[in-house]
Amino acid sequence: MLTKGVPDFSEGAVSFDEDGHLERGKTPTVMNPNDAFALEAALQTRVRHGGHVTGMSMGPPGYASVLQGAMESVYADDSYLLSDRELAASDTWATAITVSAGIEKYREEVADVDLVFAGFKTADGETGQTGPQTCWALEWPIVTHVVALDIDPDERRLRAKRLVEGDVDEIETVEAPLPCVVIADPEFEPTYRKASHRLTHKQLRAETRERAAEHDEYLTTWDHADLNLDPDYIGLDGSPTIVSSVDPIPKAPSEREATMIDPEDGAAMEPVLEELQPFAGGD
Amino acid sequence: MTEREHYEAVVVGCGPGGAAAAARLAEHGVETLVLERGVEAGSKNVSGGLIYAEDSAPYTIDDLFDGFREEAAERPVTDYRIHNIAGDKVKTYDLTDLHEHDTDWCDAVLRRQMDSWLEQRVHEKASETGGGVLTNVRVNGLLREGGEIVGVTCDELDPIEADLIVAADGVNSELAREAGLMDWEEPDEWFQGVKAVVDMDPGAVNHRFGIDDDEGVAHLFSGDLFEDVRGGGFLYTNEESLSIGTVFHLDSLVAEQAEPHELLDALLTHPVMAHWIGDGYDEREYAAKLVPDSKKVAHREPYRDRLVLVGDAAGQMQAQGPIIKGMNHAVTAGALAADAFAITRGNADPEAAGRRYAKLLEDSGTMAKLRPKQYDLARTVGERDAVTNVVDRVLESPIGSLALGNRLADRVLERAYNSPFLVSMLPDTRTGYTTVPTVIGEARGKSVRWKNDAEPPSLEERIGELTYDTDVGNPHIELRDDSAEASGAAVYACPVSAEEFGGGCYRTERVKTNGDEETLVSLDTQPCVECGTCAIVADTTWEHPRGGKGVEYREG
Repeated sequence: MLTKGVPDFSEGAVSFDEDGHLERGKTPTVMNPNDAFALEAALQTRVRHGGHVTGMSMGPPGYASVLQGAMESVYADDSYLLSDRELAASDTWATAITVSAGIEKYREEVADVDLVFAGFKTADGETGQTGPQTCWALEWPIVTHVVALDIDPDERRLRAKRLVEGDVDEIETVEAPLPCVVIADPEFEPTYRKASHRLTHKQLRAETRERAAEHDEYLTTWDHADLNLDPDYIGLDGSPTIVSSVDPIPKAPSEREATMIDPEDGAAMEPVLEELQPFAGGD
Repeated sequence: MTEREHYEAVVVGCGPGGAAAAARLAEHGVETLVLERGVEAGSKNVSGGLIYAEDSAPYTIDDLFDGFREEAAERPVTDYRIHNIAGDKVKTYDLTDLHEHDTDWCDAVLRRQMDSWLEQRVHEKASETGGGVLTNVRVNGLLREGGEIVGVTCDELDPIEADLIVAADGVNSELAREAGLMDWEEPDEWFQGVKAVVDMDPGAVNHRFGIDDDEGVAHLFSGDLFEDVRGGGFLYTNEESLSIGTVFHLDSLVAEQAEPHELLDALLTHPVMAHWIGDGYDEREYAAKLVPDSKKVAHREPYRDRLVLVGDAAGQMQAQGPIIKGMNHAVTAGALAADAFAITRGNADPEAAGRRYAKLLEDSGTMAKLRPKQYDLARTVGERDAVTNVVDRVLESPIGSLALGNRLADRVLERAYNSPFLVSMLPDTRTGYTTVPTVIGEARGKSVRWKNDAEPPSLEERIGELTYDTDVGNPHIELRDDSAEASGAAVYACPVSAEEFGGGCYRTERVKTNGDEETLVSLDTQPCVECGTCAIVADTTWEHPRGGKGVEYREG
């Protein structure tokens, strides 16, 4: 289960400087909101079929809190953070190289992987590229915009419903062999129609609460050396994307002036009532 | 299509009856799934709030759940009284003897706290045998095969098969009705209660009732406080609040066209309450509940195929004069149903467990408490209107008043009130509820002239304070007949509706037709507290909302 920390863009939390640039230092980091749907898909898979769920992210050490949050939501068993200075300022390409290396190392040293879940884009970069590029690096199939998911463990295949948006929205049913990357759509809705699934869900929740409280014990951090990555191919040096400039989009000028009036203030309300008079009807 | 899920036992509802059944089933090693429609057990439950442990009962709640009294209950009742009221005159009798008859202990409870605690314990116990408790799941019907009940269907889950189905789904049990064991036909088989939980600092509770932290009071009220509506009021002390409520015969509410919330207000604002409520009345929650009258509806054979009914679902709510016992009987019934299943496990006859359960209810004396023989004998004469009228006229006459009002009568009456045998005979007429208490209050009572400043909230404010998760676009009650004759009674009898109030469930509308004017009833289920009153007094199709939807009580 891949996740990323992003600035908390919710009102009251986000902070911009005078030029309209995001002040990352002053804005708290939260789990990318779109990843919540991937978490739901991973959790549903785990509840229905069992297995082990690992959360993985790339970013500064502070992203451990994001992985902790992910553990609480997805009832993950453990967390892996790919983190060091050499990884800073990676674009989606360099990120995908790094993350795929993390997944490969995990497969070699920890356990085999059947499925990788990711959200469909991040709230800060909005590219939607990292998931597909990671998949390309792994040379696995990918299913995007997944709204429903079913797995046949014996056949080692998954069947998914994809939401294809267009002039008319369509639901496409596809199949893919495991291992596979699943990108969950925001319309993904987990369903638990079996009592036994709901009991498992409840059991996992109870177990996770204790584990998430001691998250550090379940967190492994790998740097580029652990991943055996050449610094020339990661971080800023490994990023072919060049952001030449960022221009704030000016707000459309308001055509009318807004005036605040206290409705308790009778004198101030008078002009308002006068303005409303023609619409009141009658005499 | 995958195979259907199967559990040895499915228990519907996690109130005291369901909890007792599930705990006992788990103790027998039975794989037990408990399905509760609330977001948490207790969020759909209301009771007046006393739970008894009877000396004679085969099971009590603290037998089944260690630590119940310490962790789930409020204050024990150490002082028990009835107040006979006539105007501002009040005559109080000590009912401690009656209260303590067959009573090991008796505690006040608030249902959200109590039932959610039970849910945790039940989940722990049931998990050990492969089951557990699921909340937010509404069982909506019975699964049948070849006409025989073999499981349950749910809004949120695929159908589930079970060897035993325990319907502990409360007074409005949809399962009991689908099985044809209970109905919603006759108002005179039901009571309706409304209750206010009033916030109070524990020090103030102690001070105003003259009790310590580990003591509590139960006060009952009867007389002319409620005009001619047959019923009474109660006040119980919780740790940090009071439960004050009124309970009336539903047929009487309908006949008198009384508004339940106004009857509650009549009690809350009576001078007798002034000292206890003090100034600064702060209502935490308004709640309502339908109560089965076990004397009339407790089912003698509460089973069909693999289905057994326990608690309110089976009408097991004992209300005889000042004795009001429901939760203890639900606990006994739930545990006995579990035992019956354990004894008959493996028996090929699907009704073996149900038959054994009915026998255990009989043999344990539970059925005799729910349907006392004395009552059946007494009511044949007692409830005839002619007799009531004659008796009332004598009692209200100077001779009758003198007889009831003299000092000797006073002692006799206090003893009579305290006699479990006599109380179980009380016919459900206004003589017992209104005439006698009023005459006692009038003749023997002292005037209470304390000024009661309590200003209970309006119905609109009460509804506004309740928590709802409305299932928008999917109302759980449908009005089948909107004529005033068929459904007009709901406008006043519904505890969250009132005449001339547009914000309730039921409203009357005057509709002009061609040269004519008609009064029609309309329904908006948003403020519904799911009490079930309208299922009886109006022509509706009544269901509970989906799991987790509808009203959510915080106190209960």
